[in-house]
Amino acid sequence: MTPRPAVNGRSVLVVVPALNEATSVAGVIAAILYSVPDADVLVVDDGSKDDTAIVARAAGAQVVRNPFNLGVGGAMRVGFRLALAKGYDTLVQVDADGQHDPADVATLVGALDDRDDPQVVIGARFAGAGNFEVPKARRLAMRILARRLSRITGTELTDVTSGFRAHNRAAIVLFADRYPADYLADTVESLVILADAGGRVQQVPVTMRAREAGAPSQSTLRAAEYLARVTLFLGLSAFRRRSSERTSEGASS
Amino acid sequence: MIGVHVIALISAVITLTVIIELSRRRQIPEKYAVIWLVVAAVIAVFAIFPSLFNAMAHAVGVKNPPDLLLVTASLFLLVICVRFSFEIGRLEDKTRILAEEVALLRKDLDDLAAED
Repeated sequence: MTPRPAVNGRSVLVVVPALNEATSVAGVIAAILYSVPDADVLVVDDGSKDDTAIVARAAGAQVVRNPFNLGVGGAMRVGFRLALAKGYDTLVQVDADGQHDPADVATLVGALDDRDDPQVVIGARFAGAGNFEVPKARRLAMRILARRLSRITGTELTDVTSGFRAHNRAAIVLFADRYPADYLADTVESLVILADAGGRVQQVPVTMRAREAGAPSQSTLRAAEYLARVTLFLGLSAFRRRSSERTSEGASS
Repeated sequence: MIGVHVIALISAVITLTVIIELSRRRQIPEKYAVIWLVVAAVIAVFAIFPSLFNAMAHAVGVKNPPDLLLVTASLFLLVICVRFSFEIGRLEDKTRILAEEVALLRKDLDDLAAED
């Protein structure tokens, strides 16, 4: 895997965190390589019990296998560190379940500009394109998160939990060092870290297919749990930010 | 009839024995063994000399000595639990970083093997 120009003269590493996705991962890899032929695809097999790694390698992807399940955040940390070590200009995260349309990878990378500060482009589900249905409670939680994150980042954001993202070189450097590993924190807290580091975020509308829907009662319960987690996370992040502001003030004075 | 002091003394002795045996077999780190040895020793002392504990309760203004026991025991266990949560969190971080390193090293090995 050697970085070479893939989109607008930038080298691109597409990182696909995958857990037991042997049935869908080959199609995703093929679609990515069809859409951006000169990109390298890295599948981070996050402790799969099935043939995800073998299938992915056969489909033309590079594969890293975590010794046990680390969560999406943990998988992305591995991806960022590898992208940093190999010297890629751009890292794009794409889910292995086929939820993201690889045809949009070039769109996300194309939205990155030439400045040197950390920049993230999010492929957003509610930004107009495509039809994407989620339970009401979950949608409410996402809206609350989006509003709070919009304030922190100073940009109007509608879909902050989307895992379809492009990162420029400076963002790779930032996240290789500190990408949050906790559930939910990986997508949301990474934006807070980005904002605190003086980086910029921007959102681009993409089409997205919904994953298979669970039984109604289950998804309502899940959504409630999700809402509780979001509330807890926002509460904690407010304290964290305040204390980190205090320490940075202390360091500068 | 067995008095509460006898039960406390027996518990303390059992705790001491178990902890000493565990640390002799190196099944428990010294830093944790020390905590429980001190706890068992303190309980043993108060079980043998209950008046000592009563005097201490009166000295700090607690009218009913068992109240003091309950409060100190709860607080102590709370502090221990919070401390363990903290240490578990640190261990999880370290394990995760090691797992990431292993994954990356294995990838390097695969790449080297492919070059040969």
